[in-house]
Amino acid sequence: MVVRASPPAADLSHTGAGPGASGNAERGFEGRLAENILYFARALRAAGIPVGPGAVLDALEAVRAAGVGTKEDFYWTLHAVFVKRHEHAVLFDQAFQIFFRKRGYLERLLELMSPEATGVPPAAEKPEASQRVLDALFAGAEKVERESQEIELDARLTVSDREVLEKKDFAQMTAAEVAAAKDAIKRMVLGFDEITTRRLAPHPHGHRIDLRRTLRMSLKAGGAVIDLKYRGPKRRMPPIVALLDISGSMSQYTRLFLHFLHAITDARKRVHTFLFGTRLTNVTRALKEKDPDEALAACSASVLDWSGGTRIATSLATFNKQWSRRVLTQGAVVLLFTDGLERDPDERLGFEIDRLHRSCRRLVWLNPLLRFSGFEAKARGIKVMLPHVDEMRPIHNLESMHDLCHALSGIGGRETDPKTWLRRVA
Amino acid sequence: MTSAAPHPVPKSIDETLKLLAAANYLADRSLATVLFLALKMNRPIFLEGEAGVGKTEIAKVLAQTLGRRLIRLQCYEGLDVANSVYEWNYAAQMIAIRAAEAEGKQDRTEIEHDVFDERFLIKRPLLQALEPDTAGPPVLLIDELDRSDEAFEAFLLEVLADFQVTIPELGTIKAERPPIVVITSNRTREIHDALKRRCLYHWVGYPTAARELEIVRAKMPGIGKKLSEQVVGFVQALRRQDLFKAPGVAETLDWATALSELDAVALDPATVSDTLGVLLKYQDDIARLEGGKVRELLDQVQAELRAAE
Repeated sequence: MVVRASPPAADLSHTGAGPGASGNAERGFEGRLAENILYFARALRAAGIPVGPGAVLDALEAVRAAGVGTKEDFYWTLHAVFVKRHEHAVLFDQAFQIFFRKRGYLERLLELMSPEATGVPPAAEKPEASQRVLDALFAGAEKVERESQEIELDARLTVSDREVLEKKDFAQMTAAEVAAAKDAIKRMVLGFDEITTRRLAPHPHGHRIDLRRTLRMSLKAGGAVIDLKYRGPKRRMPPIVALLDISGSMSQYTRLFLHFLHAITDARKRVHTFLFGTRLTNVTRALKEKDPDEALAACSASVLDWSGGTRIATSLATFNKQWSRRVLTQGAVVLLFTDGLERDPDERLGFEIDRLHRSCRRLVWLNPLLRFSGFEAKARGIKVMLPHVDEMRPIHNLESMHDLCHALSGIGGRETDPKTWLRRVA
Repeated sequence: MTSAAPHPVPKSIDETLKLLAAANYLADRSLATVLFLALKMNRPIFLEGEAGVGKTEIAKVLAQTLGRRLIRLQCYEGLDVANSVYEWNYAAQMIAIRAAEAEGKQDRTEIEHDVFDERFLIKRPLLQALEPDTAGPPVLLIDELDRSDEAFEAFLLEVLADFQVTIPELGTIKAERPPIVVITSNRTREIHDALKRRCLYHWVGYPTAARELEIVRAKMPGIGKKLSEQVVGFVQALRRQDLFKAPGVAETLDWATALSELDAVALDPATVSDTLGVLLKYQDDIARLEGGKVRELLDQVQAELRAAE
């Protein structure tokens, strides 16, 4: 069956086959195919791949265009339509293998997703491979019935991942705290952050003549007078990349800081947030939920090593290798939020922080330890990291979000210069 | 490279593979599937992958084999409509206005109408791509989209969704037949989902050893069997190391060329160390291979090759 090449929107409404091209049998087959693809799309969505209804129609069109040949072709046809991010390829693969291996598996997946499920994961041949898909499904279920599900989830993850797990509940924040925080967050502006871009915009005192506007204006006046108009570089807030330590020693501050990040993620679009303890987790997507509580709950669901130990060097190495080239462009500012108390500092820490420093425009270290008046940069991890940051800022009195914001937007002086701290120890 | 008569648009995935192979581009079936679908469904194709895996090459090969015109738009920060779609020829417009005045024309709307005419329009790549071409719709390569800023990306949405652009003074220009659009990204930043949604996505990864060997031999017909096997084996072994930037296919080909220029017939530790700068572009990565590591890898590759024989 051939669908003529034409803009996609044109023939979505109907199968588009000419008369006689599809017999009854074929239509029956197509109906089943459509149903299968629909269910498959639903499974993908549950596994965390954002698949819109448009994509399902695209998939049908694609399968019709490519023809149902070998399994491999079918696989790559669906892959081309459904997968829009490289990291989704793994999920797609697993979902495809599971979905089209056995009939009736979907029912089992749906069963697992329902809140009543007592949660015995199906005996998959490759437990490691399916874990993420299953995790995704359980994470969805968790929203419905968080209380009871949480304990269950803990147990399962402890068994499978052998990580230090202590799920921290964001809801523990008192109502008064949240109210005060929300209030302060509204007034938050980051002071240090505007950069000049290479894009030009109309500007009264710009340095380039805006010929287009000049001509338009002069035509308005009949072409007799030429009044020069100018353009100048546009200024814009740079992307922010936040790396937050969520180890045991930091957890009470991280919670407040995440609220802050949620506020700026909402307002500025380009904020990337990573949490690290013993491993690095990207929670940018989770923080995009509109409601802060939902967002923070989504965060805690996606992080495995809540309040465990810290491996700064390993986490930074992961960031440098996998993410720095993807998020540190266009003049990004890095906010590194940690106390610098590395479990076992070695030369790798210096190497990684140096690389991080060299790949971003500005590296700001936010260290809650600085609130102690007798703080000295004595711990080895801190001494290794200090020479490589542009600023080290304290976070006084973390109960108040206002102070946190103030600390961030204040102009860097002697106190924020890392050299000051190094000199004091020397 | 063949300069034979242009091929017709492929009718199946196998034909797509053959089409690419005709221009010495050896693709995986997954890539051929996506390309075939993109051609069939008139969708832009979005290729993401590390530098040097042959993303840009795909557009060139498509244009060459299908006999279409290749229109390339290299993205950079600050790229705007004036540089990507159209610009008015202001100098010529000013002269036209003066001439009109000299002739004694007074009607402003008439002058305006005369001045904003297609004669004064400078067409940039995106507009060129929408124009009809005798050889068929052109191939539009939007290269390294991640280098542009979000403002440009948002603008691109209209072009990619409806293959049309709107010029306020002239109206909407729509392509009769949509161009073949190839977008590449090195993933130095995330491209917005709204743009990706309109495209067929494909991640171009590193090739397998067998495929890479085919590529090297196709691109460098004169290379010796032993050298090509060793080169590919070594590069594949390098990619398994914990490197900041693993070498791409482009680097493999560069290295093979460099080695043939040096008249090498087989790899030895000294030659490898001397030419490592062709493969690895970070000092940390090069330092990692110092101190016998090259010899170790080389031995490993030779052992693998012997075992395969």
